[in-house]
Amino acid sequence: MISAFFIYNQKGEVLISRLYRQDLKRSIADIFRIQVISNTDVRSPIITLGSTSFFHVRHENLYIVALTKWNANAALIFEFCYRVITVGRSYFGKFDEEAVKANFVLIYELLDEVLDFGYPQNSEADTLKMYITTESVKSERAVMEDSAKITIQATGATSWRRSDVKYRKNEAFIDVIESVNLLLSAQGNVLRADVAGQIMMRAYLSGTPECKFGLNDKVLLEKDPSNRRKTSNTVEIDDCQFHQCVKLGKFDSDRTISFIPPDGEFELMRYRTSDNINLPFKVHPVVIEIGKSKIEYRILVKANFSSKLYANNVVLNIPTPLNTAGVTCTASSGKAKYVPAENSIVWKIPRFQGQSEFTLTGEANLTAMTHKKAWSRPPISMDFQVLMFTSSGLLVRFLKVFEKNNYQSVKWVRYMTKAGNYQIRF
Amino acid sequence: MDVFNKPKFFANNTKGENAELLAELNSEYRDRRKDAVKRVIANMTVGKDVSGLFPQVVKNMQTEDLEMKKLVYLYLMNYAKSNPDLVILAVNTFVKDTDHVNPLIRALAIRTMGCIRVDKILDHLCEPLRKCLQDDNPYVRKTAALCVAKLWDLDQERAIDNGFVTTLQDLVSDSTPMVVANAVIALAEMQESSVNKDVFVVNVAIMNKMLAALNECNEWGQIAILTSLAEYRPLDSKEAESVCERVIPRLQHANGSVVLSAIRVLMIFLRYIRNDEFTKGLIKKMSPPLVSLLASAPEVQYVSLRNINLILQKRPDILQNDVRVFFCKYNDPPYVKREKLEIIIRLCNDKNVDHILSELKEYASEVDVDFVRRAIRAIGRCAIIIDEASERCVNVLLDLINTKINYVVQEAIIVIKDIFRKYPQRYEAIIPTLCQNLDSLDEPEAKGSLIWIIGEYAERIENADELIENFLETFLEENSQVQLQLLTATVKLFLKKPSQSQEIVHRVLQTATQEIDNPDTRDRAYVYWRLLSTDPQAAKAVVLSEKPPISADSSANKLSPALMDELINNISTLASVYHKPASAFMGNKAFSADAVRKAAVADARDEEQIMGEDTVTLPTAPAASAPKNTMADLLDLDFGSSEPVATPVMSPPTSNSNISGPNYSADLFDMSSDMSPGGGSTVFGGMGGMGGMGGLNIGFQQNQNQNQNQNTATSPSASRNDAFDDLAGFGGFGQPAPAVSQPKPTSSTQSSTVNDLLDLF
Repeated sequence: MISAFFIYNQKGEVLISRLYRQDLKRSIADIFRIQVISNTDVRSPIITLGSTSFFHVRHENLYIVALTKWNANAALIFEFCYRVITVGRSYFGKFDEEAVKANFVLIYELLDEVLDFGYPQNSEADTLKMYITTESVKSERAVMEDSAKITIQATGATSWRRSDVKYRKNEAFIDVIESVNLLLSAQGNVLRADVAGQIMMRAYLSGTPECKFGLNDKVLLEKDPSNRRKTSNTVEIDDCQFHQCVKLGKFDSDRTISFIPPDGEFELMRYRTSDNINLPFKVHPVVIEIGKSKIEYRILVKANFSSKLYANNVVLNIPTPLNTAGVTCTASSGKAKYVPAENSIVWKIPRFQGQSEFTLTGEANLTAMTHKKAWSRPPISMDFQVLMFTSSGLLVRFLKVFEKNNYQSVKWVRYMTKAGNYQIRF
Repeated sequence: MDVFNKPKFFANNTKGENAELLAELNSEYRDRRKDAVKRVIANMTVGKDVSGLFPQVVKNMQTEDLEMKKLVYLYLMNYAKSNPDLVILAVNTFVKDTDHVNPLIRALAIRTMGCIRVDKILDHLCEPLRKCLQDDNPYVRKTAALCVAKLWDLDQERAIDNGFVTTLQDLVSDSTPMVVANAVIALAEMQESSVNKDVFVVNVAIMNKMLAALNECNEWGQIAILTSLAEYRPLDSKEAESVCERVIPRLQHANGSVVLSAIRVLMIFLRYIRNDEFTKGLIKKMSPPLVSLLASAPEVQYVSLRNINLILQKRPDILQNDVRVFFCKYNDPPYVKREKLEIIIRLCNDKNVDHILSELKEYASEVDVDFVRRAIRAIGRCAIIIDEASERCVNVLLDLINTKINYVVQEAIIVIKDIFRKYPQRYEAIIPTLCQNLDSLDEPEAKGSLIWIIGEYAERIENADELIENFLETFLEENSQVQLQLLTATVKLFLKKPSQSQEIVHRVLQTATQEIDNPDTRDRAYVYWRLLSTDPQAAKAVVLSEKPPISADSSANKLSPALMDELINNISTLASVYHKPASAFMGNKAFSADAVRKAAVADARDEEQIMGEDTVTLPTAPAASAPKNTMADLLDLDFGSSEPVATPVMSPPTSNSNISGPNYSADLFDMSSDMSPGGGSTVFGGMGGMGGMGGLNIGFQQNQNQNQNQNTATSPSASRNDAFDDLAGFGGFGQPAPAVSQPKPTSSTQSSTVNDLLDLF
């Protein structure tokens, strides 16, 4: 029940305004500008003024705003706002002020389609692209024939896939991408370590293929008695979510992941696990404040994965106090330099072999400060990518494709672990 | 209207542009006409009035160019109301379009017709709508289904007379999932506004149809179906279980709002399940998806966290082992951090308290002042909830005091005061440390807290008289709250050490009665004076009496079971975000602007009465319902915008039209304070304690801040509210009222003040 939908730029100018209900007027747009955009300290994404509630999401240099006068489903409204962004990005590459201004007619068309009377309708970018196109002039006959087919499909049970997809070579690519989140206390204890995984799939398969997908998921494998002894190789998944093409009922009953994939790239699955996590990097920071004018750093990083693998783009952000005057530091590998704008030493190691370790030693000189506020010691944060490695130990066991034409398909799997929130307190 | 306020040359300018557009719209070339229509739409977007071009734009409606058609329709939806007579020009094309071979155009026409809220269109809408509801193409049917709701919104009788309601009910059994979903959406909305409430009663048959469609719908359709499922009341435990079984798979959906909608159904149906085993299993299955919601976008996280907070109050056994996932990330937005903190406290138990404490201590060293304060208050709440951990909490607080960061010290002292109240006589040894920080205190609440501690423990503090003396130097300049504390502390000191402080107490009472204008302070000084002079023993009994105990979960913080149930029924909605019943912020069930206006007049009259009822039934939000009418009107007023000259129906009630800038912002501010999540009645109570209504002229922003500070208090302290009732020294008068009832008087008097103020506007 979205009563109105607006897009503003950073200055608070209305770029898109669409009213879905008559219970409010366009002038309401000014109220949001006054109360939120010109306001420096907004502490909630939902603001209710009178009986009107404003939901806003910021993206690039835009405010995406949905209004309602109802006791609306708040989660739905935010998910919808993000969906608008996704659709926009899929259409225009980037969804920012420039893109909105250049394509406002198309955006109005889309808004008319994805939201009717304030209720979200079809918001799958791929489906929308079939009938809301940038080059509007098409031969009339084609439009007529297509649209009958398109509309049936857009409302049907597999609204995400056209039925007439054809490829000469049938391929499917699977990317397992894991983000490791770590919070290490100053004493070196793991406060939190979990993995947020994403399984991306690029499906280039003809017809209407029925896919089955298997992981070394503990719950599934242990059900099968013949596998019981191999339990060391399994992963316990705390929770997972699936793309809407996955048959959830089937997963709930026997934990098989079966689906008819959309054409092209999509996120098949997201999962979370906190059990038995292999941390790819260990960091031992020693940071000593010497008097009030100097801080000594000694940071040791060790790669904890097999020496056959490499990590790329390893970056450590080592915070320094606000009153740092200068930093001298040397690193045993890579480049380290002080970045005053970020108040930190940025240490970049482009290539980091497994099992190796590097150190950084440095000294920060501080200027005298009049007030005695202590330094808050924000955590060291780390960024990296390790290919062909999963922190959780998750592996794809199989991907089977069934299609009535019985064609052969080629499948590829890649693994990558990257840093999510990898933070080390000191 | 804008045009009139602007200097003349601007007016000329717009006229010039419109004239230019006029020419372009009449151009013989299609491309130029199309570009002109685009420019018209662009002008419409920025809020310029282009209603004058109506006939020329509508002329371009009859075209095979779909994009052009859509643009003209968009224009029509915006301006039909301002040109009701000319709309008739468009009707013909609309009706023709509903017969078009292309289903997209059929759907587009029926969709747009429903959005044009002019009677003349309605006369022509029914026939095409009937056709479209029976269309072969599901896309047209699903669009027509929603159109029935649009018609209903305008003219219920016409919808019933034409049999559309029955047709819609049949569509629930349609073969296409999306048609089912839209029929459900339309029926549910109509049900809410229907008189007899018989449009859409979810029975077993309908429920089964919906469950069947659930698996095949797209995500939004699933939400619609889950929302309607939540309306169904199962007959027995078995039925409830079987529905739950079918809903559980939705918990794995990637869309967080689907998950929350499923959780709502499960939470409601749990009430009917008698099978303990099943209940246990269900709760176990609900935990991981709730945790996974924390991986979504921050705004969705915020909604989820507010709901988790609610669910935890209802089912404290959920998420027991998951406290770590609620630990804040350094770069979480402030609103997420705030809610995580609340949940951490809710999950705090004797097993994880050490963990939580070290985490909270970490937060206390961050830079966001508001968050740091909340973290410190959270430490206090840990101490109050878990007896065995109180010592560790106190040690952490002492560490924090030693950081000498001003606001940290002040907040820690406020928190320690609460710990002293909970565990009297246990931590006196730390008093000297607290007293070392006397000079750094500049906030009234922190000052008041320390003064209270000194007064309460005067007999153990050797130099209590000096310390009090120290504070008294600035007695006249202090905030009234601090004055009251000083007054009470001095009297306590006198009663405990009469020899040292006779002179001080005399001087204080004299100053307070003669030089202070604040009636509260003055009167209290008189009361003390009279008490002391007539019967010192009685004074002792009153002032030094036993204080009522405090607890972390006091009434202001806890939701009444009735409200709790209502909120569970509303999981994932705004009500669950605000933890308030929908009636508190929705205003009068506003279905259309016209209805609001009609209702507003009536409502204004019986506002008083509504107020009375509300305070009885919903003590948690007494003030919320009062300002709503005023506000609804305000927001519907036309602030000199682009809206074309309004038709007679649209003109705002004259009684409100003279509302000008300043009053308007004052109103907004009141409302915002009221709406700030988690506020509850404490907001008003606390505000009274802090600075009375002085806040009115601060405007929206600071207030939000102040509010947040107040809200922090929400829980360590409903105690905080009663803290000050009681700190003030009157805790001992007569029968000490139970702590539970104490915040209420404050809040209700405050809220009535607010109402009075609002009435002024």
